[in-house]
Amino acid sequence: MRFLRWLTFLVVVGGLGGLWVTRPQPLPDAALSGVTGDAGAGRLVFAAAGCASCHTAPDSAAAELPVLAGGKQFATTFGTFIAPNISTDPDHGIGSWTDVQIASAVMRGVGADGEHLYPVFPYAAYEKATMQDVADLIAYLRTLPADPTPSQAHDITFPFNFRFLLGGWKLLFTSPDWVITGDLTAEQTRGRYLAEALGHCGECHTPRNALGGLRRDQWLAGAPNPLGKGKIPNITPGVLTWSEADIVTYLTSGFTPDFDTAGGQMIEVIANTSQLPDADRAAIAAYLKIVPAID
Amino acid sequence: MNYLKKIAAGAILSMLAGTVLAESHIDPALAGAIKARQAHMSLYNFNLAILGNMAQDKTPYDAEAATAAATNLAALAALSQAGYWPQGSDSASVEGTRALPAIWETYPAIVEKATALSDAAAALAVVAGNDLDSLKATIGPVGAACGSCHKSFRQPG
Repeated sequence: MRFLRWLTFLVVVGGLGGLWVTRPQPLPDAALSGVTGDAGAGRLVFAAAGCASCHTAPDSAAAELPVLAGGKQFATTFGTFIAPNISTDPDHGIGSWTDVQIASAVMRGVGADGEHLYPVFPYAAYEKATMQDVADLIAYLRTLPADPTPSQAHDITFPFNFRFLLGGWKLLFTSPDWVITGDLTAEQTRGRYLAEALGHCGECHTPRNALGGLRRDQWLAGAPNPLGKGKIPNITPGVLTWSEADIVTYLTSGFTPDFDTAGGQMIEVIANTSQLPDADRAAIAAYLKIVPAID
Repeated sequence: MNYLKKIAAGAILSMLAGTVLAESHIDPALAGAIKARQAHMSLYNFNLAILGNMAQDKTPYDAEAATAAATNLAALAALSQAGYWPQGSDSASVEGTRALPAIWETYPAIVEKATALSDAAAALAVVAGNDLDSLKATIGPVGAACGSCHKSFRQPG
């Protein structure tokens, strides 16, 4: 009996300790102090981070000022996620959120109610963004139109519907460290920032383990299509033998060197990368050349 | 018991064999349609590459060759593809194709995209022989039409 009591005690304490360690951790209130967002610069951060690809309404046409009404569905093995409204609507969007609340969602995966957000929102990549870029992004988001469409609840399978588990996921699978390290040129460093942080290329191009964590030892080596049959290609130098100029052309026009075109979700990505300055596309190409080759 | 086990094993084996056969055995009519539409795509690609290489300054501009390729592209885009896409020839039903079921599920959305391609190709054919700048200015919508269809209707990889 005494043993059982001790065991119960240890399990409860261990469980509570685990919950404490994996609790949602928003950014500190002062995280953005001294940083002033610039909406003009934020437009490019918004493009590089691909926000519109997921948060515009399904089948909506490209617009000068994107309407981030949400509603796109992402059917995965963990359930169906539905992108929320992140327009400036104060009730159904994020219009009433503070800057730090928005930054906490983007960089820490913590919502305005202090809850863990699902990593289908690529905060595991955005956590590496600079505070200046995030402040610029927020300033830009605040210039976009409000839309009153309510966000829909995700439809997640047991046990992944328990959000507290996401704290453990974050602990295991997020890291502030770059995947590609070493002596990088300024251009490669910029490319790494665009690919690993804002562009979150690894989210689709890197395979995941059974719990959905990215396998950093297989960085950009291709993965099953998370949204159905087929696969997302390996873009390491082991398979992607295009020149840097070819990569720049692809990220600008969508044409491969043999004049096939991009397809699927990559069309959305190119709609974003085509808005970036040429130097940024060249930086991504330079970065892709130093990723370890995997056949 | 032994007897029952054998029956069970036999049943399982025949089911497995059935699955394997079902997967490797595509109806020749479907296989023919898939081959035809893929050949059609190759013809688009061959002609587009001639124009694209000029537009990207990888090969010198040649007005005659540009006109020929653009005229081909416009003619190809105007052909009826009605017979190419029989029900059941999607990537969820048979091997050897990346044509997503959405083509049939959202019909006639694909027809709108096909029209966008034939319009863009026709516009390109009119001016491709004028000069390189005209070619560069009008090839974009053709590529965009290709991509628009591949976005919604072609399986990745």
